[in-house]
Amino acid sequence: MTEFLQQLINGVAWGSIYALIALGYTMVYGVLRLINFAHGDVYMVGAMAGFYMTRWLGWGRSPDPLHFVVVLMASMIVCGLLGFVIERAAYRPLRKRSKLAALITAIGVSLLLENGGQLVFGADPKFFPTLIANKPIFASGGLIISNIQVIIIVVALVLMVALQYLVFRTKTGRAMRAVAFSHDASRLMGIDIDKVISWTFVVGSMLAAAGGILVGLSNPKIEPLMGLLPGLKAFVAAVLGGIGNIPGAVLGALILGISETMVSGYLSSTYRDAIAFVLLVVILLFKPAGLLGKAVPEKV
Amino acid sequence: MAASGAGTTLKGLGYGVLALLLLVLLNWVTESVLSGYVGRVVILCGISIVLAISLNLINGYTGQFSLGHAGFMAVGAYVSAALSFYHGNLARPGHGGGMEFLVHTLHLPEGVAGVLFFAFCAYVGGLAASLTGLVVGVPTLRLKGDYLAIVTLGFGEIIRVILLNLKSVGGSLGLSDIPGTGTPHSIFENPFIWVFGTALITIVVSRNMVESTRGRAFLAVRDDEVAAESVGISTTRYKVTAFVVSAFFAGVAGALAAHYDSYLNPETFNFVKSIEVIVMVVLGGMGSLTGVTLAAIMLTIMPELLRASGPLRMVIYSFLLIVLMLVRPQGLLGHRTLKPRKKPKVAAA
Repeated sequence: MTEFLQQLINGVAWGSIYALIALGYTMVYGVLRLINFAHGDVYMVGAMAGFYMTRWLGWGRSPDPLHFVVVLMASMIVCGLLGFVIERAAYRPLRKRSKLAALITAIGVSLLLENGGQLVFGADPKFFPTLIANKPIFASGGLIISNIQVIIIVVALVLMVALQYLVFRTKTGRAMRAVAFSHDASRLMGIDIDKVISWTFVVGSMLAAAGGILVGLSNPKIEPLMGLLPGLKAFVAAVLGGIGNIPGAVLGALILGISETMVSGYLSSTYRDAIAFVLLVVILLFKPAGLLGKAVPEKV
Repeated sequence: MAASGAGTTLKGLGYGVLALLLLVLLNWVTESVLSGYVGRVVILCGISIVLAISLNLINGYTGQFSLGHAGFMAVGAYVSAALSFYHGNLARPGHGGGMEFLVHTLHLPEGVAGVLFFAFCAYVGGLAASLTGLVVGVPTLRLKGDYLAIVTLGFGEIIRVILLNLKSVGGSLGLSDIPGTGTPHSIFENPFIWVFGTALITIVVSRNMVESTRGRAFLAVRDDEVAAESVGISTTRYKVTAFVVSAFFAGVAGALAAHYDSYLNPETFNFVKSIEVIVMVVLGGMGSLTGVTLAAIMLTIMPELLRASGPLRMVIYSFLLIVLMLVRPQGLLGHRTLKPRKKPKVAAA
């Protein structure tokens, strides 16, 4: 039972990181109907930006929560800009073209970030600085909850609440929902679609950057290809929950994170990478719109 | 092609003989002229052509977006490699079952037996892949668009993880010492004839498929699924047909690549491989046989040409990919081979 609870907590922490990435996928899909393949690599850039930022500022020798917050913010800004540039340079020129052309371009951007990352950062893994010392804050009967896990879950929750506020309580958020519903109707209502799409990319990329920093805290080994598989799985999580649906993405990511830690805990870690896809196949066969796909038709 | 049935058959036969002669000639030329590296690139181009043309059946003609081609390739590669590794090696005791049967029971010369056995392995690999295609296709092809893409991608990844865990074919270490193509010391040792022969068969089969009733149904499914369904086309059946045929050739391509490299690793067949093939199909113009063939050759040679630029190579490659898509989003040749007057050109290509 303790073992199970432990895996559950690990799974929730891991799932929260997936959720931060999945939100960006689902938002972009909502407004553009585009699988932004480069999103996983934005997450990688987020982790890398955090790594270099700490080094330039000379931090990381002694843990400091304030440094963590500053690095998190800075990395989110860097990735927000990156998301803006990607959309502007690679996707906007193809807006009127076929979806497939945009998809291939997204794959091209993903390859560019991965290979450019290997060139700029070097292909060897780097070790993310210890911005926060890992220590258990709750331990009883073999069950250990570390402060890092709590921080991951709390930061993810805060960001999700902020996103919820942005999407449902602000003018930009209303515009995003309108654009997701219909481009033409939004344009007729005087919404600047290009601006809204830019904002969607900025916000999505910022969330991915936060995911990158949080993963740096818990698994410090970071490298230019680290975004490949998590990016893919986060997309699976978004589809699992019903793509275009914000609570769905979070739900899908949590299910995914928990099942992954369960599989590596109870079965074998070599099957870990397959479980995401097995889940996906099973859910899509029985509920092709995803878990929450039909229940909440509102898409952002 | 307004000729009568018999005339068409005769014409086809003529093309076949011509193609065979050309293949044997080129086989001889490449064997004696091309050096190791250039020869390798030529073979890789051939394998890319088979992969791209076969995926074109699904993505180009039927309009379904499949991201699992590497998975089918892996099934074909592993089945064929395991067959010849465990049953096709006369020199290793206990590993020559298939060859022993051909040589000792049927009294075939070793050279002929080797060629037959190799063809058998490669095409059984293809059959295994198409069987996988059937198993994957029947439940998934009811899904549409991006959902189909992600599920096929998922199946590809599942196949890869299963292979990683199969100890009998090397698991994560990979399978090495796979026997080469054909028989040593014969014209069939050169992989050229196998690879380009298969490429030719793939092109002819997919051209004939799309020119038939079945092909019209494919195009109807692509252009408007609802309309196709309403005139009585069983869309799922045609999608599955395209999927199965496509998987077959992907499997054969995988088998050829496995025997050519004599080494296999599950990591080769990750989704990046599927994406490489997709890019060929899209860049070639989705459904244009000439375009896809051209794109397959171009995208295989491009990274090789960029080798001189060292570490910048893949950066330039991905940059060029983006620029190409921005400049020519409809693909290199667009849908052009679909026009009737281009037909004879495709057959000769």
